[in-house]
Parts: sequence; C-alpha cells; structure tokens
Amino acid sequence: MSRVGLVTRRSFLLGAGLAAGGLTLGLFGDEASAADPPAPGALGPGLAPNVMVHITETGVVTIVCARSEMGQGVRSSVPLLVADELGAVPERVVVVQAVGDKKYGDQNTDGSTSIRKFDDKLRRMGAVARTMLVSAAAKQWNVKPDTCEAIDGAVKHAASKRSLGFGELVKAAAKLPVPDEKSVVLRPWAELRHVAKERLPLLDGHAIVTGTGAYGADIKVEGMLYAVVARPPVVGGKIAKLDKAKALAVPGVKKVFEMPVPGKPWGHQPWGGVAVVADSTWAALKGRAALEITWDHGANAVYDSAAYETKLLASVRAQGTAHRTVGDVDAAMGKAAKVLEAEYLVPHLPHLPMEPPAVTAKFDGGACEIWAATQNPQLARTEVAKVLGIGEDKVTVRVTLLGGGFGRKSKGDFSAEAAFISREAGAPVRVQWTREDDLKNGYPNTVSAQRLRAGLDDKGRVVAWHQRTAFPPIGTTFGGPPEPSINDLQQGVLDLALDVPNIRSEACRAEPHARIGWYRSVYNIFHAFSAGSFIDEIAHARGVDPRDAWLEIVGPARKLSLEDLGIPKLANYGESLDKHPVDAGRLRGVIERVTAMSKWADRKTSGRALGLAAHRSFVSYVGVVVSVVRDERRKVRVDEAWIAIDAGRVVNKDRVHSQLEGAIVMGISNAMLGGVTYKGGIVEQPNFRDAKIARIGDAPRTIHTDIIASDAPPGGVGEPGVPPVGAACANAIFALTGQRVRRFPLLAGVKV
Amino acid sequence: MSIKLRVNGVERTLDVDPEMPLLWAIRDALGLTGTKYGCGEALCGACTVHLDDQPVRSCVTPVRRAVGRAVTTIEGLSPDGKHPLQQAWVELGVPQCGYCQAGQLMTAAALLKAKPKPTDDEIDQSMAGNLCRCGTYTRIRAGIRKVAGGQP
Ligand code: FES
Ligand code: FES
Repeated sequence: MSRVGLVTRRSFLLGAGLAAGGLTLGLFGDEASAADPPAPGALGPGLAPNVMVHITETGVVTIVCARSEMGQGVRSSVPLLVADELGAVPERVVVVQAVGDKKYGDQNTDGSTSIRKFDDKLRRMGAVARTMLVSAAAKQWNVKPDTCEAIDGAVKHAASKRSLGFGELVKAAAKLPVPDEKSVVLRPWAELRHVAKERLPLLDGHAIVTGTGAYGADIKVEGMLYAVVARPPVVGGKIAKLDKAKALAVPGVKKVFEMPVPGKPWGHQPWGGVAVVADSTWAALKGRAALEITWDHGANAVYDSAAYETKLLASVRAQGTAHRTVGDVDAAMGKAAKVLEAEYLVPHLPHLPMEPPAVTAKFDGGACEIWAATQNPQLARTEVAKVLGIGEDKVTVRVTLLGGGFGRKSKGDFSAEAAFISREAGAPVRVQWTREDDLKNGYPNTVSAQRLRAGLDDKGRVVAWHQRTAFPPIGTTFGGPPEPSINDLQQGVLDLALDVPNIRSEACRAEPHARIGWYRSVYNIFHAFSAGSFIDEIAHARGVDPRDAWLEIVGPARKLSLEDLGIPKLANYGESLDKHPVDAGRLRGVIERVTAMSKWADRKTSGRALGLAAHRSFVSYVGVVVSVVRDERRKVRVDEAWIAIDAGRVVNKDRVHSQLEGAIVMGISNAMLGGVTYKGGIVEQPNFRDAKIARIGDAPRTIHTDIIASDAPPGGVGEPGVPPVGAACANAIFALTGQRVRRFPLLAGVKV
Repeated sequence: MSIKLRVNGVERTLDVDPEMPLLWAIRDALGLTGTKYGCGEALCGACTVHLDDQPVRSCVTPVRRAVGRAVTTIEGLSPDGKHPLQQAWVELGVPQCGYCQAGQLMTAAALLKAKPKPTDDEIDQSMAGNLCRCGTYTRIRAGIRKVAGGQP
C-alpha cells in the first residue's frame, strides 16, 4: 500500500534545512525518477558553495528548489536552469524542496517572479560551482581555466582530450575559495543545453498520475488527529453563544475549543471560530455540523453586493485622485466631436484552487513543525511563530505540492491556524478546509467599477482618454486606506500605452467589507477588461476594424518614459524601467501575432465571431483572440482561442504554453461564469454548484499558444495570460450578438 | 464497526462509521491519499474512484455501499503506473498542479473501458463532472484521444 505522505526519516526529516524527497531531473516520469533522496542528516561531504547547490564525490548534484510548485512547473524549470549553468547531466541531478528560510532569499511564489526575478541569481549559484570545478581541473592539468569546459557532468580539456567527472573534482574544488557570485561568468543563453527546449519532462509527472505526489492534505504524522474549524461566516464576526455538547457527543470527536478572535487589520491572522478535533476528517466534519453556534456577525453584516454596486458606481461618477495626467482632458473633451463613455463592473473573484487549504502541524516541546501547501513558507513561519509566541527558529515549515495556489496560498492564516490547533489539541493535527470554508473564509479578489470616457475628433481619432477606477485595495486587509494608491494603479492603468494627447486616470474610494487578497493577475483583471472592451467600443462607434483601432490607440512602436505616460513613478512590478520599459512595440507585436494566428482578417468571410484584446502585466505582453459560438442549446461559449505572449527569454517552453492554456480557461471562468456576491456579509455561493468555474465543455476545444522569440530579460508568465481574456470574450460576444456586456459574468448579461 | 473492503485487489478491514464517505475511509483509514477531496458534494470529481468499473464520487458514497464490490483507486489503476492514460498524461504534459488528475484519470479510464473510441462530444459529456481549475482540459482531451488511437 502506498505510504505517500507518511512522514518518514527518508522523505522529510532530511535535516540540513531540506524538505521533501528528491526527484531526479531529466527523466520522463519513469518510476526510476522517484530516486531516493539524499541520506538523512545532511547531504554528506562534497562541494557546497552556496545554499542551492551540492555535489557529492560520486558526482550526484543536488539542487534546492526554494519556490513552491503549484502547477506552473517551477520544480521542473528552476533547478534545470541551475543545472544547465553548472553543466550537469539532468539524470544525475536530484531536486529537493527547501523549507521556509531566509537564507534562500525571497520564497514567496507570487507575482510571477520565479524566473523574472531570480534567473540571474540562480544561474550564478550554478556558475559559482562550475567555476570551482573548472579551476580544480585546470590546476590539476596545469592549464588555463578558460581552456576547459564544464559539460555533461565533467570538466573537459579539448586540446589534450582530458576529462574529469564532477565527482572526481569535488574534493579539490571544495578546498578552493568560493568566488563572489557577481564575478562569475554566465554562459551565453544560447549555450544552455536543456532549458528553452520545446519539451522538458515534468519532475512530478509520474507521482501525479500515480497518486503518489504529496499535497497539503496527504501528510500523516505519528499520532495525528484531524480538525476542521467552524469560522464566522462574516469577516470580523464573533461567537455570541456556543454549545459544544452535541459536537463532543459525536463519536471520534476529541476536543472542541474556541479560536482566538482576530483584530483589525485582518492581515494573515486566522479567521477565528471554533475548532473541532477528531480521530478522522469525517468525525471532525460531523462534530462541526453538530455545533450550536449563534454568531455575532459584526459590522460587515451590512455587506450586500447589490447595494454596494450603487456605491461603487457613485464613486466613479465623482472625481477621484488623478495619478496619470497628460495634456488637458477636460478641455479636449469639451472640443471633441464625439464623446463615448462606458462603465464596467467586475465582482469578487474567488481563487478556488482544486485543493482547498490543508495543513499539518505538530507542536511539541516548544517547537512547531508545519507541512503546508503554501506559496510562502517564510511568511508561514513568521505567522506560526507569532500565533504561538515562540521564536521563528523554533518553527520549521515544509512545503508540499500545492493543488493550485493562484495567490490564496501566499497567505499565512491557514498555517498559523493549524499551529494553534495542534498546541491546543496537544497532538499533531491536520486541518482540512472544506470548499465552503474556502469560499466563505478566503481572500477573494477585490470588487471594482470602472468608468471610461473617450473624446474623438472629427476624423474619429481618440484625442482624450479619461479613466476612473474604484476598488477596495488589498492594502485595506492590512490596515491601509480605502482608496487605490498610485502603486495599485500600476496594474494596467498607468502602464497602458496610449498614443493619445490628453489622458487622465483617477483612483476612486471604495470601502472594504470583505477580506480581500491577491488573485492571479489581481487588479489587471478588471483594468484589462474595461480598457480592452472600451477600445473595441470605440472601434465599433467609428466603424473601424478593432485591430486597427488597437494599433492606432496604442500607437507606434516606442518605449514610453514616465513623462510620456504622464506619471511621477511606476512600480513596474519591482523592476526598473531601463530593464523592463513600457514598450508599445511589444504590445503591438502580440496584437499583430495573435491576429495573424487567428486569421483575424478573414473573420467576416469565415463567419466567425472573434474578439481581440491585449495587455501588459508583470512586465510581459499578451494578446488574445477568442471565437464564440451559440451552440445547439443556444448557449454562448468559446470554441477556440489564440494567445501570444512576449515574456522575454523563457526557460521552460512547454510550461509557458501550459500556463497560457490555463490562463485562457481561468480567464473564461472569470469573465463568462465567475464571481461571488455577498448578502448579509456572507458569500452567497458556497460550493461549485453556484460558484461556477469552467468545465471541460466551457473550455475551448482548441487553444493555440505562441511564444514570441525574444532576448529581452524574462518577464512574468503565470499571471499575464489571464487579464486580456475577459475583454476578448466580451468583444467576441458583441461580434456574435451585437450585445455589449459590461460586467462579469458576461453570460448572465447576454440575451440569447 | 468493522467493514471489509476489497481495495485495489487487496482485502482490507476498517473500523469506521458505515456512513463515512468512502473518500475519507480510503484517505484517512487506509492511507491511500491519491484520491482527493475537492468539494464533498459530487460537484468536482476530484474524489472519483471505481466501484466495479463504474466511476463514482467517493465523497458522497457511504463506505457501506462499497462492501462486496471492487474498489479501485488511482493507486490501483495499473500495477506499475503504466496505464496507457497515465503514460499519455506524462508524455503530453497534461498535469499542471495535478490535484484533479487522479479523478480525471479515473473518469477517463472508465470512459475508455465503456467506449474505446469516444467522440469529442462524448469525451466532454463523460468528463463534465471533473473540474480542473488549472485549465488542462485541452490536454486531457488530447490524452484521451491519444489512447483511443486518434490524433491527440
Ligand atoms: S470531492 Fe467528490 S466530487 Fe468533489
Ligand atoms: S491540474 Fe490543477 S486542478 Fe487540474
């Protein structure tokens, strides 16, 4: 029988700060890929010039993956990049998952950063080890290091046809001083032999298809109990009255206790409520159902999505704080031959990872060990330490596979909650969130209204662009003010390339009543929806091809300075504008590519209803075309989609393609079906019956993906595919039905 | 209460509430964690197992209903992890996070057993109960087609 997830010394107690058994790179999911992890205690003697790379005297290379795997393929990509820089043979590379520890640098797997922020740093880790191996060989042969080459797990000297395996060099190399990582020379990108190939194996593929991969809920430790929590349905709610008797009477229920009441701001704190600890998940669930609780819902019980919409619209109908100003919008609107305006609404969008949060915690003797499906193990460590009142050095956070994350699992709440429950229960505990918990007690994307106005001159050219955006920013979850900041507006408002002489973009207030958080591509979802729909509306109002309108409004290929954009600064996803400029040429590039791929120009003759949109986010550029049809049941659905990305250099092409495919489907869920609403402060869609996401029949039969070849520094990949999908769908629906739907879920607004 | 089950060809005895959903019995009591929880209400398919070759949602199937029937989980889909669908899944890089894939594979395996050459519409119908939030549907369809002998 499978012992997956059962914590054994082999699989988890690796010491040396490493977690999770190793798998070798380079194999196509053969069972042999489930190679034994390195021996417990440490990785043994060898060459370990930094925290990421270790080479044994037998030539086994261990590379640490410090980022969380949640479907983006990071474990199949990042270690390979290091291995490639080193010159290792993938079959002899073992990947181990890091615990949460600052020594690995930032581990928050969020914001589409794993490659764009770390590719240089990671490669340098491999290059340092390579430099030392090469120096050791050169010394032994008495030749110049630059006449040697590290390739296929050995250092070779071509002139004398000599070769020494990495393992043979480890002893001598380990005696050399470790070179400064900034001083080592990286291989030219084109010389990397494995990354950037069309098809790379999936490190965890075999484990996934055989059911042996360990996710958050698959960990079992000796003496473990199972828990669920009855959390207040409204954020900030409290227990008014509690009767535990019936719950305690359920066979298997061991303990029932109240959780700490969180104070404002909610941040990463557990949500409060009542924990039920039992000897099985089922008993815990039955115990929870038997609890008699009267809730005091608190101040957020006023939250009612229908009424709130009126407030949001009122907010964008009044003046906000201008963060982007070019020319004089008011004067230009006054002189315009025609003024168009439109308002767009996007509801809260839930993450709905297929795996709801699940954590195992073991509090013992003043220390705590956590096994969590977390995107951010360092934060989990901090939050666990905080809730237990112990030092972070007493907390170990081990990262399992994540059954999807999408931003939900970058929060610390569920890890801290499990730690608290383990301490109170006096036993190791696995806390399972149900789908209802996930929907009601999560951190959904925020809710927004947008108001756009365009002034056109007598030739139809856009001479004024005025945008207002209202949404409670995520900062409110952490105590910030209820108005989007200039940094929030980086997401698709300030960095929108416009060839328009008069521009004003304003942020408008919106009070939060939910605990909102970041969800894959975040504010870009609604900013790309409104701008992308509005450009299409302008095109139709003028009677021009939407593609031509896009290219005209974006303007000629050029890099836009802060002055061109009319902004004092741009957060730019933490990147400098020199490295990652706002490049209208690249935005045009994806529009041109995706319209060529989809045979946009032939759409009239082929009788297809196509919609186009494009967007820059996470310093990458994406263009999307979707085709919609009305099927036999008169249901409107996307039957085919095309998506092109310019993300600069990419490491793992197949995983980029798969991220884009996934982005189309998630974008369809968001736009066509998605969103949750609140009544009395409570999410009205408690499970997949009402909280709809795309099923196989809602997803296009064919998704065409393309990666624009580029030498530019890497941009994000995980998130940028999502934002343009919403407007592409709305624009395609307009092409099919003549109906302009300006709110998600689009399907609710189409009359068929 | 003592319950006897035949899981992946092996007789197992469990001491659990007969009303406990099969999902929790196989995960918690038997330690077979390949079968996943996603919704608990037969809405997502993550918990799909076979009862005598029929795909069922184990989250809503009381364990007593499995007595006397052959239970197959993802761990028992093939003796060596080489069911043609498992191979196709790896070759085509179907999984993203992978969490839904045990359920997808179990549903797809039952489909192909009943209908070795399904049309695209039949694939969509049979797989409609299995959600994939990562959006791997086009590759799932390709994987099934590949095994069915058509174009992926
Ligand atoms: S967990 Fe059974 S169908 Fe979702
Ligand atoms: S692969 Fe992640 S939910 Fe399907």
